[in-house]
Amino acid sequence: MSNAREVTDSQFTDEVLLSDKPVIVDFWAEWCGPCRKLGPILDDISVEYSDQVDVVKVNVDDNPNIAAEYGITSIPAVYLFEKGKVTGTVIGARPKQYFEKEWSEVLAK
Amino acid sequence: MSTAESNAAEVRDVIVIGSGPAGYTAAIYTARANLKPLIFAGSVTAGGELMNTTEVENFPGFPEGVQGPDLMDKLEQQATKFGAQIEFEDVASVDLDGEVKRIVLANGEEHLARTVIVSTGSAYRELGLPNEKRLSGHGVSWCATCDGFFFKEQDIAVIGGGDSAMEEALFLTKFARSVTVVHRRDSLRASKIMAERALAHDKISFAWNSEVADVLGEDKVTGLKLRNTVDGSESELSVTGVFVAIGNDPRTELVKDVLELTADGTIAVEGRSSRTNVPGVFAAGDVVDPTYRQAITAAGSGCVAALDVEHYLANLEAPTLAAQQA
Repeated sequence: MSNAREVTDSQFTDEVLLSDKPVIVDFWAEWCGPCRKLGPILDDISVEYSDQVDVVKVNVDDNPNIAAEYGITSIPAVYLFEKGKVTGTVIGARPKQYFEKEWSEVLAK
Repeated sequence: MSTAESNAAEVRDVIVIGSGPAGYTAAIYTARANLKPLIFAGSVTAGGELMNTTEVENFPGFPEGVQGPDLMDKLEQQATKFGAQIEFEDVASVDLDGEVKRIVLANGEEHLARTVIVSTGSAYRELGLPNEKRLSGHGVSWCATCDGFFFKEQDIAVIGGGDSAMEEALFLTKFARSVTVVHRRDSLRASKIMAERALAHDKISFAWNSEVADVLGEDKVTGLKLRNTVDGSESELSVTGVFVAIGNDPRTELVKDVLELTADGTIAVEGRSSRTNVPGVFAAGDVVDPTYRQAITAAGSGCVAALDVEHYLANLEAPTLAAQQA
């Protein structure tokens, strides 16, 4: 199960930057093995912490502009946005507990 | 033993930690021995290092080559077919003393087993430069198959002189305008076939006798400062991407305080066996191998571990049988 939504370059401002809620953004691509491992973990987080955060996914293959804007050259790259600002980044696939620890203020029950 | 509070009453015959060629081969063999192995494959590391490679040309039985992830899928299927139980969970800690071993997962679950096979593989080695970490994800990369896409028509560098470095360099020529291989020596450590392909490639050039003194750039990589390993002179190489392939280190965090390690940092095993210094604990794959580190040698050592486990369990049971017959 997942509450995560796909977001395109053109939706990014509305869905992420203008969101009242913190947003976790997963920059990923089909051909990236570690991205496919990380997907289900972020799906879990999107359900378990649905009150605290939104989780969105940006496919960098189809939406290269936002990834370029943030200077992303490695995926999976997971960015935490709060009130339009980047407040955390995690590069590479990590276990769920890593995110819970790294972003414990947002991912708190 | 403090297993009273354990919520997993069942004591398994064998738990395998790790799911590369060693772990899955150990799973196949112990499953076929009817030991009903439980494999903790890892939530993001499942399948091991081969998951980030493309074509594997040297695994016996695949004359056409096989994609790394496809090979690992097949090993997983083969293990499952014979009854191995594979869980995509991470192990947080282990208690290996005593006859029953206790494995605690990151999600808090506890599992018990009479034997444990440690096949946790290895992790990419870093250059160890402060700017390498700072620019990680902004030009510094460890995964060519993941990140090559971001360097279309750019000039990039690959650090290292082994097979992994050559594989990355060759793969990256699909995207990059040029690839410079930076290597500390004046010749490659890679296998002849990989070295020849790289040396012959139009887009690949070599910075011999060179080590990386620094990674340059403010928000993203703009170049490398190289130091000549012969005369100590320094030079700059203008690149926007750096792929680090200088080797791997065994992943021993879980067990390094309990199991004896070698001078190379791998888990020490007895002779050609998989036996560690703790009875009932066996180790296989890259985590015991500082030298060969091939998919096929890892698979072979996973098989050794499975057979050692069978033998160990048979000896545990032998006195019981003798007692019953008496």
